Amino acid sequence: MPLTPEELDKIAKEVAEEKGEKELKYDKLRYFTDEELKNYTDEDLKKFKIKHDISMIEELEKGPWTSFISDIKREALHRSKLPEDKMMISKEVCEDLLGQLELSYHDKETHWKHGGIVGVFGYGGGVIGRYSDVPDKFPGVAHFHTIRVNQPASKFYTTDYLRTICDLWEYRGSGLTNMHGSTGDIVFLGTTTEQLEPIFYDLTHDLTQDLGGSGSNLRTPSCCIGKARCEYAMIDTQDMCYEMTMHYQDELHRPAFPYKFKFKFSGCPNDCVAAIARSDMAYIGTWKDDIRIDQEAVKAYVGGELKRNAGDMAGRDWGPFDIKAEVIDLCPSQCMSWDGNKLTIDNKECVRCMHCINTMPRALRVGTDTGCSILFGSKAPILEGAQLSLLTIPFMYAERPYDNLKDLADKVFEWWPEEGKNRERLGELIQRQGLRVFLEKIGVRAIPQMVKEPRSNPYIFWKEEDVPGGWKRTIADYRKKHAR
Amino acid sequence: MPYDPENPMKDRITDIGPQHYEQFFPPVIKKNYGKWLYHEIIEPGVLMHKSETGDECYTVRVGGARLMSINLLREACEIADKHCDGYLRWTTRNCVEFMVDDKSKLQPLMDDLKERKFPGGSYKFPIGGTGAGVTNIVHTQGWVHCHTPAIDASGVVKSVMDVLFEHFGSMKLPAKCRIALACCLNMCGAVHCSDIAILGIHRKPPLIEHDLIGKICEIPLAVAACPTGAIAPAKHEDKKTVSVKSERCMFCGNCYTMCPAMPLMDAEGDGIAILVGGKISNRITAPKFSKLVIPYLPSEPPRWPTVVNTVKKILDVYASDARKYERVGEWIERISWEKFFEKTEIPFTEKSIDDYRLAYDTYRTSTQFKYTTGI
Ligand code: SF4
Ligand code: SF4
Ligand code: SF4
Ligand code: SF4
Repeated sequence: MPLTPEELDKIAKEVAEEKGEKELKYDKLRYFTDEELKNYTDEDLKKFKIKHDISMIEELEKGPWTSFISDIKREALHRSKLPEDKMMISKEVCEDLLGQLELSYHDKETHWKHGGIVGVFGYGGGVIGRYSDVPDKFPGVAHFHTIRVNQPASKFYTTDYLRTICDLWEYRGSGLTNMHGSTGDIVFLGTTTEQLEPIFYDLTHDLTQDLGGSGSNLRTPSCCIGKARCEYAMIDTQDMCYEMTMHYQDELHRPAFPYKFKFKFSGCPNDCVAAIARSDMAYIGTWKDDIRIDQEAVKAYVGGELKRNAGDMAGRDWGPFDIKAEVIDLCPSQCMSWDGNKLTIDNKECVRCMHCINTMPRALRVGTDTGCSILFGSKAPILEGAQLSLLTIPFMYAERPYDNLKDLADKVFEWWPEEGKNRERLGELIQRQGLRVFLEKIGVRAIPQMVKEPRSNPYIFWKEEDVPGGWKRTIADYRKKHAR
Repeated sequence: MPYDPENPMKDRITDIGPQHYEQFFPPVIKKNYGKWLYHEIIEPGVLMHKSETGDECYTVRVGGARLMSINLLREACEIADKHCDGYLRWTTRNCVEFMVDDKSKLQPLMDDLKERKFPGGSYKFPIGGTGAGVTNIVHTQGWVHCHTPAIDASGVVKSVMDVLFEHFGSMKLPAKCRIALACCLNMCGAVHCSDIAILGIHRKPPLIEHDLIGKICEIPLAVAACPTGAIAPAKHEDKKTVSVKSERCMFCGNCYTMCPAMPLMDAEGDGIAILVGGKISNRITAPKFSKLVIPYLPSEPPRWPTVVNTVKKILDVYASDARKYERVGEWIERISWEKFFEKTEIPFTEKSIDDYRLAYDTYRTSTQFKYTTGI
């Protein structure tokens, strides 16, 4: 059964107690006073010039889309007015970053060196070394390391938490972040080696907050917003993400894999976190029973009282809603019919693509017997070409404490590190050794759902035990029957 | 106790993971967890979620640049404190979401967001990114922070979003259009399943720093790094080094990732490839890869006009030609690739024909084709 709000709250309280998570109060953890934070006026900002000529990248201040250049400039102004003893790295880090970026815009080449190995004691990931190749011109960014901070599942924050992070990062780093990096982490952009341990100390002690993954290890898992605010979610994405992150802390912090490994959790086949394209092990919510239909609401869509697709195509006049053309005929399994009065779905033929539900969300709802499909092996092109995840477990229930999911992941973590070559993703190993071998290793039986179509070549790797009498025979016996 | 540099292992805390997510849920989210009935996009950038308890959650989505300063984060906190009881969240595509539990709180929040601009005139918190439009471009680090890029990331994204801004704040397309950018073939922001992908590419084989390579790289690893076997061990003035068969190089950059003495980047060589027609969602058709339709466009900082115009052109043709619900890839599959090239006036070249592994699977093996100008 999915979690209720009350159960979830109870779990959260237990976790907080166990981990000694205190309620975060910014006022108790702040580094700066209000006056220090509000240290410039709009007028100052308009007049502000950084110490380098950056006329080329200043072109990127124009236009309506939010300008990262304007944003960095403002941070530079703010830093220029902060007390020296309240910044542990160069005051001019933002100005030098802009200066170096301007140089790259002229040269059309990056000015960052190949990363170096830096980190915090005992961890093999979470910090990425970065050095400028023009440190004399831009000393503020001579060392400019990145720190990955494991984001809370689905990226909700209180301002108390965020402001504490802000103070910490302005005090010990550049004041620049990525919200968020591609994998999902909060990314602190730019600090020096000396600051790494103090930052880690403050994060773990004040914020009860750990680093994320980098290198050949489990990367920080991520999930969609799920049941927190989506009616389509069929699994507790945040809870699964949190549980798997906690269960595999060692794999996340101490690289022991051939290459990176990602878990991603999407609540339904709309797959908002791109699990199917971007994770080695993808968990995507799905259902087993019937789509719930509210026939009155279907009529309201047909009658035009409700807007198609939750109103998300409302910017253009697409004409009146045509349930036959827009739903029935687009259903990939052609399992729906509409007789002018009643919508019928042949649920055993449905492939749960979500189209009809997305189109008429007030009339149709996903089923109630829910779990997840598990897919393996997707990755970007490097090296063997891009791969999408392959459907391996069509349906599995996903309920706390998720032992079935952990057992499955454990089997993968036994096989892949053993057999995988350096920098070989799981999907590439499956490609190299074959899905058959993978299924054998994780103890899953082959079923037609795993393939688009059966093979068209007859090159089967038969095993000796498949064949009566095995492979032990002699040429002498053969020749007794067949003369040369 | 603050950190003690003399005694770094004292009171060390490790392996605690992230904060528990639930404490960061706003009350309306906490109370209605798992109880949501339906949602509606009431205008571009504004969602209403209705719970079976009768509660409503109104969300205003705004674009973010991914690279955000602490000052901007503090400003987002100020807005969240003022309108949203101190809660906010980010989406997977680098948008920020401000949530309120009552419709009456919506307008003041939106007015506040719209008023906030940088001195250069750009919106700090542009509202939009919902439904059948262009949402935020997910992207990578570029010249701001990475050592292998062929192009910048943030600057290209800013330039493209300025021109597509209208589609961020409206829902006039046949379906949603997901654009992504990666500044090298590593694609750390995987772009390989996007409606439109902008990809930084190299076109000159790696240089070899013979004096250094033996000291800073493991030669066998550098040799093994090359997927096409273009790298071989060699000697240069008696020093161990490697040689590269340039005609076998496909400019993937994997050698440089493994070995800093083999840099590829080059102002003239580097540029941008455009891929189209990928998708993630399982809606109607299965997820699919983006396909390479333009092998190279020049890198033109600071505003990348050729790339911007090309993306706009593809989007415009799609917007006027596709049927409702059709994603870019579904539209192309219906009209055929030959028609896509004709309609978008993109010249098809042999570079769009796959010649890597499993290439044969992409060749047409039927007599079905469409006539386009030129045949
Ligand atoms: S993946 Fe599905 S459940 Fe998750 S947020 Fe997207 S639509 Fe909702
Ligand atoms: S979910 Fe997809 S396959 Fe199932 S009935 Fe709806 S449109 Fe058809
Ligand atoms: S895509 Fe390549 S160049 Fe760009 S940030 Fe990622 S690894 Fe660096
Ligand atoms: S860029 Fe790629 S193909 Fe070219 S030499 Fe390096 S590893 Fe080989």
